Amino acid sequence: MVESIIERITRGHFWDFHGGIHPPEQKFLTASKPIKQLTLPKQLIIPLQQHIGREGDLLVSIGDHVLKGQALTLGTNPMMVPIHAPTSGTISAIKLSVIAHPSGLSQLCIFLDVDGEDTWRKRDICPDLGLLSNSEIIEKISDAGIAGMGGAGFPTHIKVSSKPDINFLIINGAECEPYITADDLLMMEHSDAVVDGIKILDKLLKPAFILVAIEDNKPKAIKAIQQATANIEKIKVCVVPTKYPAGGEKQLIQILTGQEVASGRLPIHSGIVMQNVATCFAINEAVRHDTPLIRRVVTVTGQALDKPQNVWALLGTPINFLLEQCHVHAIENQKQPVIMGGPMMGFSVSSELVPIVKTSNCILVPSKVEMPSAFEKESKEVECIRCGQCSDVCPSQLLPQELQWSAKAKDYSQLEKLNLRDCIDCGACAYVCPSQIPLVHYYRIAKAEIREQQQLDLKAEKAKVRFEARKLRLEKEKIARQEKHKKAAAARKAAMNKATPEATGAKSAVAAALARVKAKKASQGLAQNRDNTPTSPADLSTDIADDQKSQVSAAIARAKAKKKLKAEAANKAPSSSESVSETLKSKPEKEQEAATQQPSVGDKKAKIAAAIAKAKAKKLAKSTEITESDKATVNCISEKAVVEKAVNTDDKKARVAAAIAKAKAKNKALAKANAKAVDEQSIETNESSADGNSNSTKTDGNSSQPSQVAQENTVANKTDNISSNPSLAGSKSNAAMDKKSKIAAAIAKAKAKKKLKEASSIEKTDQDSV
Amino acid sequence: MAFWIASSPHNHNHTKTPNLMRLVIYATLPGVLAQWYFFGWGNLIHIGLAMATALVCEFTVLSLRKKPISHELFDGSALLTALLIGICLPALAPWWISVIGTMFAIVIVKQLYGGLGHNPFNPAMAGYVMLLVSFPLQMTLWQPPLTLVAVDLNFSNTLTTILTGFTVEGYSVEQIRTSIDGITMATPLDTLKTNTGLGLTVFESIENPVFGNNFALGWEWINAGFLLGGIFLIFKKAIAWQTPVSFLLSLFICSFISYSLSPDSSASTMFHWFSGATMLGAFFILTDPVTGATSNKGRIIVGLLAGLLVYLIRTAGGYPDGVAFAILLCNMSAPLIDQYTRPRTYGHLKGDK
Repeated sequence: MVESIIERITRGHFWDFHGGIHPPEQKFLTASKPIKQLTLPKQLIIPLQQHIGREGDLLVSIGDHVLKGQALTLGTNPMMVPIHAPTSGTISAIKLSVIAHPSGLSQLCIFLDVDGEDTWRKRDICPDLGLLSNSEIIEKISDAGIAGMGGAGFPTHIKVSSKPDINFLIINGAECEPYITADDLLMMEHSDAVVDGIKILDKLLKPAFILVAIEDNKPKAIKAIQQATANIEKIKVCVVPTKYPAGGEKQLIQILTGQEVASGRLPIHSGIVMQNVATCFAINEAVRHDTPLIRRVVTVTGQALDKPQNVWALLGTPINFLLEQCHVHAIENQKQPVIMGGPMMGFSVSSELVPIVKTSNCILVPSKVEMPSAFEKESKEVECIRCGQCSDVCPSQLLPQELQWSAKAKDYSQLEKLNLRDCIDCGACAYVCPSQIPLVHYYRIAKAEIREQQQLDLKAEKAKVRFEARKLRLEKEKIARQEKHKKAAAARKAAMNKATPEATGAKSAVAAALARVKAKKASQGLAQNRDNTPTSPADLSTDIADDQKSQVSAAIARAKAKKKLKAEAANKAPSSSESVSETLKSKPEKEQEAATQQPSVGDKKAKIAAAIAKAKAKKLAKSTEITESDKATVNCISEKAVVEKAVNTDDKKARVAAAIAKAKAKNKALAKANAKAVDEQSIETNESSADGNSNSTKTDGNSSQPSQVAQENTVANKTDNISSNPSLAGSKSNAAMDKKSKIAAAIAKAKAKKKLKEASSIEKTDQDSV
Repeated sequence: MAFWIASSPHNHNHTKTPNLMRLVIYATLPGVLAQWYFFGWGNLIHIGLAMATALVCEFTVLSLRKKPISHELFDGSALLTALLIGICLPALAPWWISVIGTMFAIVIVKQLYGGLGHNPFNPAMAGYVMLLVSFPLQMTLWQPPLTLVAVDLNFSNTLTTILTGFTVEGYSVEQIRTSIDGITMATPLDTLKTNTGLGLTVFESIENPVFGNNFALGWEWINAGFLLGGIFLIFKKAIAWQTPVSFLLSLFICSFISYSLSPDSSASTMFHWFSGATMLGAFFILTDPVTGATSNKGRIIVGLLAGLLVYLIRTAGGYPDGVAFAILLCNMSAPLIDQYTRPRTYGHLKGDK
């Protein structure tokens, strides 16, 4: 197959690609003049990145003096291509500057103040290629910073180190863009160097055939290359018909071989490698003369210039220097476009300081006469009439008019179906469009948006994966936590059943609570003759240590006595439930606080106990005395003040205790008054707490249990409408348990108050809350 | 200094839609001149009326739609539509026929669908069909070629006939259309259809003077004129050659088959080519890019389909000529045809759309 292709080529027969256009070539402006050597500019602006890939690591800093050819950056990664000082001088700045980019982007650039000496660094001229191994050559190419000079700027060392069997090495000298003659002149003047570069590529890639493709509008270049390659069998000079965009990689491959590069694949997959002639020249320079890529041929052209011509421009030369050298005369025109690249695919640069980079082959400054469409501010776009001229010229055989509809409608899925990604941005469609629709512009926007969308989709996909992973992790953690809690609970239970001092303490608290429950039950049963035995955690009582039973029973006895007394007194006193409940509203939290502070001081237990005893005595007295509701209210307020004070001072625990005791007394009085309602409530509460719902929202939404023990106490206290004294008595008898019992007392108080409130509300809403 | 920023490509081949439209208008000249030569001033007057109406309608709608009037009013598309309507109408049809037809074509068929480039139907043909369906009497007032008309149809006579229905001397349209023998004359296609319906053979039918010496007196030259204009357009690459070629080929094949099978009841292939609106349709209406198919394959399919439809309507349909109907039917199917005739993109396998 390869042989038949070669046969065809030797006969001068080529394939054709679909579409294509014949814009005015305008190559005569510069084709007949030799490449001019320019004087050194005052300053060079060298962008760190001039290729596709990543910028190299900076090797120099401001103030450094560099020699011509000295590396300014270092490529540590295959996609990093180094840059070199195009001449000797001092680095004056390394900062962001406008670069050669369609959007006028800024990028990090090295500003080199030229010293005019043009001193070379030490160079190792290679006398014989045979001495170098392939990897050494590739290293030289890589170190010389060579990137594809046809326009794309793909790192050359990657392209030449590919291993698969190469059928064709195509040297692209088509230069199909109008105006540009840089490659043409290079082939004319340096055909031997170009061919030497081709030979190096031959050595590296070992292709079956080398095809040098040149459009038939460059007769001198064709002749020069033919002469230079006359005695090399392998190299075929292919004179291809002039048609834009014959120089496009895919199109040129189709012209020469009849093959198409499958969509989304690279020519290398079909055994084809393509290199630009300027790249070949640069490779030769780098390998043989140890000259890095520091200059290139640039066509400075356009009818706005007096002396359009090709120049050897150092990389980093600002375009205003080039324009001055070529005598620009119409630049004062405000709307003067300056195009980097050709008229078809070049982009207009935004600033005169934009530097020449490795991929800049042309600076075009057209006059208004020759290119009026480049001067138009407003698009002259009119409606598409579906004439189909665009699809007739599309080299990718797309349907530009349909793409245009979909691009305007932002129908990206349809654009995908219409293969927008196969568009090569050649601009043939927009060139012929009678409606003057800037088709390529629409496609660029659509492509950018699709790319953005794809990136977003990718991000979203990643985020989704992350979220799923997190969910899974949280789920696992939750299960692990529950497992841990279960174990801890089991451990706690086990610990409680042991006979250690702490365990006994805990147990005694539980026992005290249970005792209280029992006491209350008994008293309620007496007072109201009601058969409402609460389902107390009786099973827990079996765990109670035997040695504390006597104490508990004593406390129970006392409590019972008190209860009876109070019950009598309360019956007489019509409680002002409303006012009391209101004043008590803010109490629970404060009491809670006081209760939590109490555990910190254990040495004052005795005093507290005394105070409690006193308080109790007082309570009894009061509950019998106070029969007037207003008096009770006043008392409440004063008590509140006392409580608040107590909260703030740690050393006044005794008073706090007293206050607590008083509050309890009051509560009890009130509770008695609403005995019936409260009773029902308490049953409900009891049931729910017995079920294990310690945070039963019905009764104690705002009271929090600080510890497991307290909770257990609460279970008992909930049923205790009358008194928490038994628990206090219990705490007295057991010093170790003091803190806990106090907490329990506080909680119990809070609960009692709550119940009170509820009881008062029950009067209105009756069974609703239940 | 900041430079002027523009998106590539920076060059353009300077073609413009108005230029394209103007080119098409110029290309109708040979046909219009032939029409004038054989049928007098009637069609020119109608063309003038239609163009004036078209500009007024276009202006009104564009200003209502707040579109750039200077840009779009003179893009030539409305004038081209008016021109085609004027060419199609019977020369002696009353003035309001062309006015109503053009209004319908511009306002409803073109602008209400979004203006130039958005209309699914060819405005001229849609307008013509609307007239044909709504005003069958006026739309069949076909005038015989001047050589067969007894009345001297000079400019003023034609004008008054179009405006009032009577010539300056007071002849009515019916009187003009009546031959010396006292028979009302119709178009060759119409005559053929009527005669075939009456059981006469084609050979007997073409004895009728309207057929002239060749295929159809006057009409053959008009068609030749449009053919000439069409070839000019193809040469100028203003229209795609695929559509007219496939259309004419299709019509030729259809008529050739039936002519070979029964020459008595079928007209010759050349009669189909050179009578009625065949050439006008082939080169000037079917090639309307807006309403036609865009891919080359699609264009060929549309042309073949149109040829078949024209033949079927002419021989089996209720109307003597079927170009307008055939074109509207093709307009309807064009998007579907486009959908299925997308070319294979570079680098993609066939069928891998």
